[in-house]
Amino acid sequence: MAVYATRRLLALAPTLFFASVIVFVTVRLIPGDVIDMMLSQSDSSNALSREQLMAAMGLDRPIWEQYLRWVAGVFQGDFGKSLWSGTAVTEQLAARLPVSMELGVLSMLCGLTIAVPIGVYSAVRQDSMGDYVTRSAAILMLSVPSFWIGTMVMVFPSIWWGWSPPVEYTRFWDDPLQNLKHLLLPAAVLGTALSALTMRMTRTMMLEVLRQDYIRTAWAKGLDEPLVVLRHALRNALIPVVTLIGLQAPLLIGGAVIIEQIFVIPGMGLLLIEAVGQRDYPVITGLFLVFGVSVMLINLLVDLSYGMLDPRVRHR
Amino acid sequence: MSSSPQVVAPPVVSVRPVPPPLESEGQQRRSVSAFLWRLFREKPLGAAGGVVCLLFLLAGLFADVLAPYGFNQINPMHRLKPPSWEFLLGTDNLGRDVLSRCIYGARLSVIIALSAASLATSISVMIGVVGGYIGGWVDMLLQRFVDAWMSFPGVVILIVVVAVFEPSMPTLIVTLGLLFGIGGSRVVRSAVIAVRENMYVHAAQSIGASTRRILLRHIIPNVLPAVIVLFTTTLGAAILAESSLSFLGLGVPPPAPTWGSMLSFSGRMYMFQGPWLALAPGLSITLVVFATNVFGDALRDLLDPRMRGSR
Repeated sequence: MAVYATRRLLALAPTLFFASVIVFVTVRLIPGDVIDMMLSQSDSSNALSREQLMAAMGLDRPIWEQYLRWVAGVFQGDFGKSLWSGTAVTEQLAARLPVSMELGVLSMLCGLTIAVPIGVYSAVRQDSMGDYVTRSAAILMLSVPSFWIGTMVMVFPSIWWGWSPPVEYTRFWDDPLQNLKHLLLPAAVLGTALSALTMRMTRTMMLEVLRQDYIRTAWAKGLDEPLVVLRHALRNALIPVVTLIGLQAPLLIGGAVIIEQIFVIPGMGLLLIEAVGQRDYPVITGLFLVFGVSVMLINLLVDLSYGMLDPRVRHR
Repeated sequence: MSSSPQVVAPPVVSVRPVPPPLESEGQQRRSVSAFLWRLFREKPLGAAGGVVCLLFLLAGLFADVLAPYGFNQINPMHRLKPPSWEFLLGTDNLGRDVLSRCIYGARLSVIIALSAASLATSISVMIGVVGGYIGGWVDMLLQRFVDAWMSFPGVVILIVVVAVFEPSMPTLIVTLGLLFGIGGSRVVRSAVIAVRENMYVHAAQSIGASTRRILLRHIIPNVLPAVIVLFTTTLGAAILAESSLSFLGLGVPPPAPTWGSMLSFSGRMYMFQGPWLALAPGLSITLVVFATNVFGDALRDLLDPRMRGSR
């Protein structure tokens, strides 16, 4: 297991390098804009010349040196300061990260709660009417934009029943119940969007496992259906479904950006939209990097747990 | 002129066997219609999706003819009117006809989706064919780059890039193309790797065919089914991504009617007075994306059985 973990960690290094280059290059495509903006903002009394400002920000150095400085800063936990509020980007990120993580975990749980039972049912009753309907419904769920569902959830209950979801954020530690009330609905919307893929995967894996010899043995022993399906088949079928959590991480985080906007949840997604609106480049860079790295870390964790759940993976 | 004995050249005996006649046009046409017949027989839902895609394309092409009003025709007398015979899907806060805006929105979606998906598919084929066929360290580097790229959520890449450059149609198309192109290259690459080991490729290599020829004549035609499926699914994904961005106010700038911005601007602000504003654009997106998805799935099952159940 240690060997497997080391190998997996080493494989992360080049990916991480490319990711940092992508972030750096994308945001450095616009240095001129930042300078112009800062020049226009600062009042004329203490105005620095363009060159002085470039030098102060290190933009006059060769590009590779800028890159190395930036990477060195990131490794020391220095993401720069927000152009507007002047607070450290890390501070802002630290305030927003737990909120987004909570939303992500809740959505994932919602997704699994919807997807796994339906996927199992669909596999056990393969090619039945129910199977056909749920499979079509899964494609439909992949097609519905979650921002639309989110909008409708905000509007129609209030028109019909005069009830609207809370939009005032309460921290979990202050009032767990109020916090969950706020986050559960967005999590359900996001989870539904994610559940379609999980449902398909669960169905495919269940179908494969149900054809195995040990399932036939279980039937032959005279075990009843719930025992065979849940105890013998589902446990084995769920292992690959774990991988899907890793594959869905980008979808989850990207979806959260939009959902946070609709339900006014002060997570990283809302921060991103705010920062984009203000052209606050250090914040955008920091967020961009954190989004990418968190997806990589989730995938790493998934791979490691997969290696733990299924010993065959380690020896490949 | 007969200073030298005129030697009648013996008829050149062709060492090459006469190639069998290529599929005549009639046969090709028959195979296309046979394929369509199979699609309708075996995958009715997928075929219906294809028909919806076609209708959507036509709606986009003939928006000028189909739309009863202009997309930006403001009519203060008819603000926020519910659906009626005059305005089939009602009007928005400026009195613009929602149906007409939806139809013109289809045109924008068609343009963006088709160009982004074409660009994306070309990028996927380039990366996938180079990485998959050449292999080695080139492939290794490309794959690490693709991994890194894929670890950024698509929406985040789009938001950041559109924020760096100003939101406009070309920016949007290029970004969507890059986004889905790099991601989709994995599909092409795995198809190329599967084809690469075929006997006919080895045969071509052993008679000294150039890499260019092998790629163009043997590899690419044989990964075409996967590429077609990729193109179809990218269409849907591009429409969804474009509307998400427009919803966030980062898409094609107003007053252009996009489905996403219809939802966010008039839709979200005035939806309590006019709930129909939230319905029409959302349903349009869902219907079209659903259609491309089922159509893509059906094509996959028929053209490329290896990929069945994946995704």
